[in-house]
Amino acid sequence: MTTALTVVRAGLFDTLQDLGRLGFMALGMPTAGAMDRVALTLANALCGNPPNTAGLEIGVMGPDLLVEADSVRVALVGPLAPAILEAPDAPPTLVDSDRSHLLKRGQVLRVGMVEGSSTAYVAVAGGFDLPRFMGSLSTYARAGVGGFDGRKLAAGDVLPLALAQAPVRDERKLGQPFDYGSGPIRVVWGPQDDYFSDKGRRTFAGSDYRVSKEADRMGIRFEGPTIEHSKGADIISDGIGPGAIQVPGAGLPIVLLADRQTVGGYSKIATVASADLPRLGRLLPGQVVRFQPVAVAEAETLRRDQETRLLRAIADFKPARPPGGIDLAQLYEANLIDGVVYQPVP
Amino acid sequence: MSVRYLSCGDTAFSVEFGNEISPTVNGRVMALHAAIGQAKIAGVVETVPSIRALMVCYDPLTTSRAKLEPEIAGLIARGLPTELASRRVAIPCCYDDPEFAPDLGEVAERTKKKPEAVIAAHLASAFKVYVLGFMPGLAYIAGLEPSLYLPRRPQPRVRVPRSSVAIAMDMTTIYPFESPGGWHLIGRTPLWMFDQRREQPVFLAPGDQVAFQRVDRKGFDRIAREVEAGRFDWATLVRKT
Repeated sequence: MTTALTVVRAGLFDTLQDLGRLGFMALGMPTAGAMDRVALTLANALCGNPPNTAGLEIGVMGPDLLVEADSVRVALVGPLAPAILEAPDAPPTLVDSDRSHLLKRGQVLRVGMVEGSSTAYVAVAGGFDLPRFMGSLSTYARAGVGGFDGRKLAAGDVLPLALAQAPVRDERKLGQPFDYGSGPIRVVWGPQDDYFSDKGRRTFAGSDYRVSKEADRMGIRFEGPTIEHSKGADIISDGIGPGAIQVPGAGLPIVLLADRQTVGGYSKIATVASADLPRLGRLLPGQVVRFQPVAVAEAETLRRDQETRLLRAIADFKPARPPGGIDLAQLYEANLIDGVVYQPVP
Repeated sequence: MSVRYLSCGDTAFSVEFGNEISPTVNGRVMALHAAIGQAKIAGVVETVPSIRALMVCYDPLTTSRAKLEPEIAGLIARGLPTELASRRVAIPCCYDDPEFAPDLGEVAERTKKKPEAVIAAHLASAFKVYVLGFMPGLAYIAGLEPSLYLPRRPQPRVRVPRSSVAIAMDMTTIYPFESPGGWHLIGRTPLWMFDQRREQPVFLAPGDQVAFQRVDRKGFDRIAREVEAGRFDWATLVRKT
């Protein structure tokens, strides 16, 4: 008997991603991986998975998934316009984000639209039973590797589940939405800030930049005031780290993200602080940002603080009442049980 | 030779050995790449060699730039090996089929050579892999015989077939996938530079010494069939030095 989620209708750009294919950049292999590491980690934690388990990254609009297993626990994290659960023998119900849900055989999860952000995640308890490529399940579609057949999901794909049924456990939800921070995107100058004039650096750090339509897993092209070079846009190609901001001859910044190439020949004025990379992964065309330079040590501190908050958010998960069911943990916790538990029949 | 440490955010920094394309500078990059690999420094995730710099990627949750930079400076101060063990790799290449070498005639004309002399110069070049990038498995292989230096084509091709062997500037390359490309196509290898069925999907590595070996169309087809079927013995192409 199959245990799988079957794609009955494809979304726009849904790929399997874990935290990235690390260790092979020297061979020209991009890391790929989740655009929003925070959201994937939370989705996995809600399902009881380790952080590096591959989940479905939903771009703009998600798929419809048919449950072909006795049961499967899923968690949706991200600003989804509530997903819908359809069953052959029951009216459709809404499926909230930021919590886990127990799905049964024959039900169809219509993931729907991502609203107010470019990405959301669906994790499944136990993960998907697919072969890793170079140590990772992250999809790198340009080379056709990783994930499911190296590509975005299409109708008819059968995603095998590692678990035949969900472990018995109460559902959990996020206590409060994770605070990604607001205000400017923090960046660290370099590696080639010396290729720009003082004026160019001031323009970069003091202007609004708008996300253009050319925004995908490889990077985001921004529109705004042009940044003046002093030594030209071309360098002898060198390594490109996550969040590197390259400025080609036209003077407009491009932030390079998960599917970026490993080396490149444009001067890079600055690099996004790793704590703010998940925010980049959530931006939509038309949104406006500013860049604020910080020192390396400060960026490292921001990242460590974010990790602490992420671990606290996971420790503070609340029990979530299953629809139409009874949440024992919540009752015990609230100290409500003395003798008789009465649950009205719907 | 002065070393510069350039920030790449809070998860990487670049160790730059110079601002030139030279075997000496690249040798230092490769030596530090090897030295860090051997030293197994806690918190270092990976290192990415390029022509004149090594990018060191680290996990800011377990280490920091302030801790790593002196450690790496220490490795450099203790002296990097000048002679690295490297592989000698033979790449079979067919120059004969006009479909494989659409630019051979033009290269010959522009370098004022007979096509056979272009082929001979490519075969005689002492090539070394400087860096992989742009696409998984795409190697920038320097050491082209100087009489063959040409700028890239002004109008890149939209489609360059997989395994095309091409030259531009002082380098040669082999396209791992069908892709756009602006280099001059002078031959084709039956090998796949990226084959995800293999345990090591990328064949070439930075530092490899590369020599092309001429095969005719029959020889090309024979190897191509074995590569396609996953039966080719790649070890026959590699010697350690």
